[in-house]
Amino acid sequence: MLSFVLRRVGLLVPTFIGVTLIAFALIHLIPGDPIELLAGERGIDPARHAQLMREMGFDQPLWQQYLNYIGAALQGDLGRSIKTREPVLTEFFTLFPATIELSLCAMLFAVVIGLPVGILAAIRRGSVFDHTVMGVSLAGYSMPIFWWALLLILVFSVNLGWTPVSGRIAVAYFVEPVTGFMLIDTLLAGDTDAFASALHHLVLPSIVLGTIPLAVVARMTRSSMMEVIREDYIRVARAKGLSQTRVILVHALRNALIPVVTVIGLQIGTLLAGAILTETIFAWPGVGKWLVDSISRRDYPAVQGGILLVAAVVMLVNLLVDMLYGLINPRIRHAR
Amino acid sequence: MLANAYGVRFMFQSRLCLAAAVAASLIAAPAFAAKTLVYCSEASPEGFNAQFYTAGTTFDAVSQPLYNRLVEFERGATTIIPGLAERWEVSPDGLQYTFHLRKGVKFHTTADFKPTRDFNADDVVFSFLRQLDKNHPYHKVSGGTYEYFEGMDLPALIDKVEKVDDDTVRFVLKHPEAPFLADIAMDLGSIMSAEYADAMMKAGRPETIDLKPVGTGPFQLVNYQKDAVIRYKANADYWRGKAPIDTLVFAITPDASVRYAKLKAGECHVMSYPNPADLAAMKTDPNINLLSQEGLNIGYLAFNTQKKPFDDMRVRQALNLAVNKAAIIEAVYQGAGKVAKNPIPPTIWSYNDAVQDYPYDPEKARALLKEAGLGDGFETDLWAMPVQRPYNPNARRMAEMIQADWARIGVKAKIVSFEWGEYLKRLKAGEHQTALMGWTGDNGDPDNFLATLLSCESAKTGSNYAKWCYAPYQELITKARMVSDVAERTKLYEQAQVVFKEQAPWITIAHSVVYQPVRKEVVDFRIHPFGLNLFYGVDIK
Repeated sequence: MLSFVLRRVGLLVPTFIGVTLIAFALIHLIPGDPIELLAGERGIDPARHAQLMREMGFDQPLWQQYLNYIGAALQGDLGRSIKTREPVLTEFFTLFPATIELSLCAMLFAVVIGLPVGILAAIRRGSVFDHTVMGVSLAGYSMPIFWWALLLILVFSVNLGWTPVSGRIAVAYFVEPVTGFMLIDTLLAGDTDAFASALHHLVLPSIVLGTIPLAVVARMTRSSMMEVIREDYIRVARAKGLSQTRVILVHALRNALIPVVTVIGLQIGTLLAGAILTETIFAWPGVGKWLVDSISRRDYPAVQGGILLVAAVVMLVNLLVDMLYGLINPRIRHAR
Repeated sequence: MLANAYGVRFMFQSRLCLAAAVAASLIAAPAFAAKTLVYCSEASPEGFNAQFYTAGTTFDAVSQPLYNRLVEFERGATTIIPGLAERWEVSPDGLQYTFHLRKGVKFHTTADFKPTRDFNADDVVFSFLRQLDKNHPYHKVSGGTYEYFEGMDLPALIDKVEKVDDDTVRFVLKHPEAPFLADIAMDLGSIMSAEYADAMMKAGRPETIDLKPVGTGPFQLVNYQKDAVIRYKANADYWRGKAPIDTLVFAITPDASVRYAKLKAGECHVMSYPNPADLAAMKTDPNINLLSQEGLNIGYLAFNTQKKPFDDMRVRQALNLAVNKAAIIEAVYQGAGKVAKNPIPPTIWSYNDAVQDYPYDPEKARALLKEAGLGDGFETDLWAMPVQRPYNPNARRMAEMIQADWARIGVKAKIVSFEWGEYLKRLKAGEHQTALMGWTGDNGDPDNFLATLLSCESAKTGSNYAKWCYAPYQELITKARMVSDVAERTKLYEQAQVVFKEQAPWITIAHSVVYQPVRKEVVDFRIHPFGLNLFYGVDIK
């Protein structure tokens, strides 16, 4: 197991270097520089432009900027945002808990509904239920997030008034951030009304962000389950006279889960990408929107640092999934 | 270790989500504290010291609610009124401005700072010298780039800022400049507390003054949750009197459709930048008042007057005559715009309403081209910016319409576009023949349009994208800058607009109309000509 883990971690190093290179190259490839954009219609005196570029270190050759950047990054310094002048690391970790909170709830929504629905569809293959699930999940998978979110807001928030339109908590509450997770912070503050409000605010964005993963999980569970219940050992289990529930939940599900777990791991990337739109619509103060804004401002340090940190998270989650996979299925652990 | 923590967090979060999802439907909306006004803003402030920034969003959230200036703009107008200075005198040569300061003005008290004295001349000197004097101990703090101060050329204008006594400050200028009052009424002239700055310098954390603002303004900052919510409370000791509302909240909501949904659901009282497509529905909504006003801006097309054939006034006039502006207003602005005939919008004093615009007359245009020896037409480029701007919602579409109009008189235009930063850079270098551009005013002074965009100096390094330098015009605007009498300045600027129209370095296309939907219960919200959102004086029924 240890060598398996070491091998996996070893693979992360070149991946990580690749990510920093790409993040660095891409943002510098986009034409236009941050100072030009800052000045806008007013324009900026060329001497002053040169001076600001020098102060920010953008006048050096790209390779040197990259080396400086990596050097500083290795010491935990990702630089300061050009716009807000705050350290990128501070900005990221102020916003990141909001993204995690939303992503986890979206994932939970997807798994809690997707798994049982997928299992049921597999058992009742060819039934009306199965066709409905497959049809709806295809629609869910193809749903444009932007449109879907606005539709839900119009129906549930504006017309029915059941859910708040946007934000993380009603403006009447203020909870001092401790962990950055609104649900936890409200509980730490002992304010149950605020907790309820935070939860209430999570409903719509979680559904919107969880829709695509839900469709993927449901379809994956169904097809994987269908394969497994055709296996000989399931027939044996049934022949032994075990109940249907026991056969499905104990014997079949465990094996059927392996590809589903992988897919859930891969969905983390999808969630973080989906978070960009979801966060913009629901005015959710997370890293997705922050990154997009930084790109449009050519805020080099913020973009590079943000991509680096998001990539690190995705890689870490995938590493965890890999290990989990190894735990579930020893054959994978030993494969060379 | 990290993986473990992550897993635990996952489980904890999951359970919380699950447990409470059930309870979610039982929740009632919390009641607001007495008189809370919620404003759905479009973006976060860039930071909490407006001296560093140029965006209206930052001014809405920082300098306007939290600070005051020596002189200020009247709410909803471009007229200058006394602020922290009760009155002022200008020396006959226009070089010295002496301000007599208001007494008994209190700075906010915060967790970090309790003021021991009232506002005085030291605060004014500190606020300006920090930006002006490169050796000032605070100049380099928090990055030390004062973009607006530099952009308005104030380092080249202000020679000295002197304390005469505790209640009097004198500004000495290097040359007479009538727009100076308007310049310091801008957000860059916000007065910060020198006592607070000294205290934080002594405590070894000077940057605190830029992060935790202490001002004299009508509201005091309570807290800011990044990219989510800003909370303010009314300043009970405010020198103009306490604001009618008790609490002000900015709910930062980037998407315009969502801001509208929040307004409809009663989650906010005022919203910024509505979608043009939503305006019709807003007009008929019984819960919403849709306010509107022409913006302090101009969308125009600049001819590069240093390139042939645009050095010929007749060609410029012909191309002016060939453009059907009414159709552009209809198609590009979807009604949220007004045809422009002058380079300044009608909300600015000295707007010359007597100026006659070029009518849409392709016949006459053709005749003029023939007279200029271009009867067979010619080819040109036509630059269109790649981004939506307040003064031009769709430059590409506008360019296509102008292209079609010009084709009718035999002028073949090729539409060119670059990434925004690149566009600005190349435009300044004068690479274009004709280009769409625009401007949003800074301080409501006519000089801020007529000189900033059309003077000989700005043709060299500034924002004069027509590269137009015309002596008779230059004489008028230079003179208008020297005299401080408003009536006399008005006359000069009116003349300048006549010269401009005849010479036609631009096609003046449109002033956009700013719309601001507010809920019916909001009392006395006024659209500000600069596009700012001010909440002092606003009440809720």
